[in-house]
Amino acid sequence: MKRFIADLHIHTCLSPCAELDMTPLRIIDTAVKKGIDVIAISDHNSAENAEIAVKIAMKKGIMVLPSMEITSQEEAHVLAIFDSVDKVMGMQEIVYRHLPNGINDERVIGYQVVVNENDEVLRFNKRILFSATILSLKEIVDTIHSIGGIAIASHIDKEIFSVVSQFGFIPGDIAFDALEISYNTKRQRAESVFGGYKTIPWITSSDAHHLADLGRRTVSFFLDELTFDEIKMAFKGMRKIEWNTEDMD
Amino acid sequence: MLKVSDIIEKIGLDIRVSGDMHKYVTGCYISDLLSDVMAHSKDGELWITLQTHPNIVAVAVIKGLSCIVITNGRLPETDTVKKAESENITILTTSKTTFEIAGLLYNILRSE
Repeated sequence: MKRFIADLHIHTCLSPCAELDMTPLRIIDTAVKKGIDVIAISDHNSAENAEIAVKIAMKKGIMVLPSMEITSQEEAHVLAIFDSVDKVMGMQEIVYRHLPNGINDERVIGYQVVVNENDEVLRFNKRILFSATILSLKEIVDTIHSIGGIAIASHIDKEIFSVVSQFGFIPGDIAFDALEISYNTKRQRAESVFGGYKTIPWITSSDAHHLADLGRRTVSFFLDELTFDEIKMAFKGMRKIEWNTEDMD
Repeated sequence: MLKVSDIIEKIGLDIRVSGDMHKYVTGCYISDLLSDVMAHSKDGELWITLQTHPNIVAVAVIKGLSCIVITNGRLPETDTVKKAESENITILTTSKTTFEIAGLLYNILRSE
């Protein structure tokens, strides 16, 4: 089996909280430089930069998984990772139907930029991507699965916007494929706090909002080959997932 | 109508960020879900919450809230303080619970 390094939680300039230089092109160049084999582009409640990222990735010898970080009505974040742009767009359509109406206040919240492969601005997304959807966490996870994606509970160690912060625990009836621990928490500490949830695989990732943060936490997948199906098998325990050294530069 | 400064004086809240203290308090909204506050709070309302994240400042600015009161002894994050300072949003804290503060505030606003 071969080892592939993954950072499955990266925001682009489409997320109002991310730096404007987080364009798909620069993210991919940085990831390649850092020796990362597979990344997921996961913007808040939108995937409008995913298609271009996948297109760029094909030329650069890296795998990009089109994803979204969806906010449930309880304000818990979930990573929805897919193997195709069509599927993430299907998910986006559902999410958009359940976002509140209104126009993003760019001065307060930040810009939501859709770019092309040359780092040029195509348009500004005017939806309030910052807000919660009116979908329950369970509805979101079930929908991700019905489309064939992977559902990961984002940064369960965070005190806001995590399943644990919003529910108090990981509800047993929600079928997460994995739990994510943020870069803020070291492995040993995570084990002592969340050890009871070891029945579900764990990942850790950068949740990068700045280029410098990309790959600050990664996991290794041990797979026969780098495909989405093999990654899925890793989450089912048929392949191996391992945390890499913390605070990697 | 009472101003933010009057409320502080009457119920004894700790000032973490002093923004516009002369803003009128038109009422109160209580919620820890930012999206709920976005949807239902009204201009001039005082917001009682447990949240300490910088996004509370953004919500207060967008909705024109008069101030934010963080209860249960929680303190705003460093970034929240910085953002509130730059946006001129008042953040008050208290060791009292949301229930206690709401009760005190209800009596004051009712007697006005």
